[in-house]
Amino acid sequence: MDRLGPPQRSASRYSGGINRVQNPWRANTVPYVTILLGSLIPTVLVAEAMPILPPLGYLMLLCWRVMRPGFLPLWVGVPLGAFDDLFSGQPFGSAILLWSVTMIVLEFIETRFPWRGFWQDWFTAAIAMVLYIVFAMVVSGAPLTLPMFVAAIPQIAIAILLYPPFARMVAWFDMFRLARARRVG
Amino acid sequence: MAPPSSRRSSGFSKKAQYSVFTGYLLAGLGALLGLALLVLSLWQPAAFAPLRSGASDAIAPVGTGTAQVRDASGSTWQNIKAYWNAGSQNAALRKEVEEARIRLKEVEAVAQENERLKSLVALSESEIEPVAVARLVGSSPTSSRRFAYIGKGRSDGIEVGMPVRSARGVVGRVLEVARNSSRILLLTDSESVLPVRRSTDETVAFAEGRGDGLLRIRLINLGLNPLEVGDVFVTSGAGGYYRPNVAVAILSEKTPDGGLARLVAAPSATDFVSVEPKFEPEAVDASLSSENSPFDQTEDGGEAAN
Repeated sequence: MDRLGPPQRSASRYSGGINRVQNPWRANTVPYVTILLGSLIPTVLVAEAMPILPPLGYLMLLCWRVMRPGFLPLWVGVPLGAFDDLFSGQPFGSAILLWSVTMIVLEFIETRFPWRGFWQDWFTAAIAMVLYIVFAMVVSGAPLTLPMFVAAIPQIAIAILLYPPFARMVAWFDMFRLARARRVG
Repeated sequence: MAPPSSRRSSGFSKKAQYSVFTGYLLAGLGALLGLALLVLSLWQPAAFAPLRSGASDAIAPVGTGTAQVRDASGSTWQNIKAYWNAGSQNAALRKEVEEARIRLKEVEAVAQENERLKSLVALSESEIEPVAVARLVGSSPTSSRRFAYIGKGRSDGIEVGMPVRSARGVVGRVLEVARNSSRILLLTDSESVLPVRRSTDETVAFAEGRGDGLLRIRLINLGLNPLEVGDVFVTSGAGGYYRPNVAVAILSEKTPDGGLARLVAAPSATDFVSVEPKFEPEAVDASLSSENSPFDQTEDGGEAAN
């Protein structure tokens, strides 16, 4: 018997079901692993005289939070931020604070504007990145000078421009996360 | 269209309401915890050093691998770039080499004279043996603080405060030591202050990091600014950390009280660094023990920094 039209539940491709069994390990760990790698990779990638790379761990957190609302628990900023603090060069506790506050604020935005498009998400993420980089500078323990803020401008610009490719990458990770683990029959 | 389950309000379900409330509560407590840790680590920068040391020990091997790739890819790029303008560059280099040969002869003469004068005053200059030679395995490229990591630590005899230099010039100073890795305060960090002098005369100054990749040269004797763009600054040996006459920076811009200078040994172009013993440990200890002297404040601001 032929099927008529597409399956009724269009989300079923990524939501489990008969012959769509996901690997629970992969489904539950991929976001955390990618965020941790995002925190780690800039540390071993370059040695620069000025800050140029955006905080990739934070960018990954934002992408996952926007892409899969409800997946990351609200308190996830504590463990992930603590890991980020170990490598970022910031004083210990700055990412714990800022990531937790980000999660709370994004939750408020989520309840206030339940339906959003890509542009609104980009806008939200851009504002979050700018605020994060500026506040991280404020709490870094270094005396605040004008040249430091000027030096942060390229970093902020790169961070904002990197959101769309990272959102695409996180979408790809999400497909990998929920792809079926084995084919039956 | 109904919103997805994660975007639905919790409605009348007590269980859902409690779980939302608990989520907010935990996140709020987490933020407070972060604030407390942040205040603690700004107040006592060394408090979390063991944690960070363990972490940097763990990633040092990974960093070694990426550092090798980085060096290789960097030199490939340099090779490709070198083909651009190869002709005119060749002519310019030829001219420069000829001039350099002449200068070299002059320098040889000066060196010989130097040796003779030193033997007259019976001053023997011993070559400083580096404590360790290591790769720069990582840095803090996302933070406004400038730190780097090397893949050798306490087990190789490295101690806090030792100067770190590359073949070109000063890179920074050891700030934290773990078993197999150490953290380096780069010269461009805004907490780093280094006493320097102009290479051609005795104009002394402080080279302070600005946090944006440049150094601010602040003259000690104010008055008419004698500096000129292109002046080379070397360590003066004051303070006791760095031995004198190691290249630090080249002046790129003049300001009323000194100027802005570029690093001679940019960390991104640095492959191997050598960690040297402190030049005069006695002087460092003396300045550390006198807690409230202003000299100590400027000299060791980076020491206390996180």
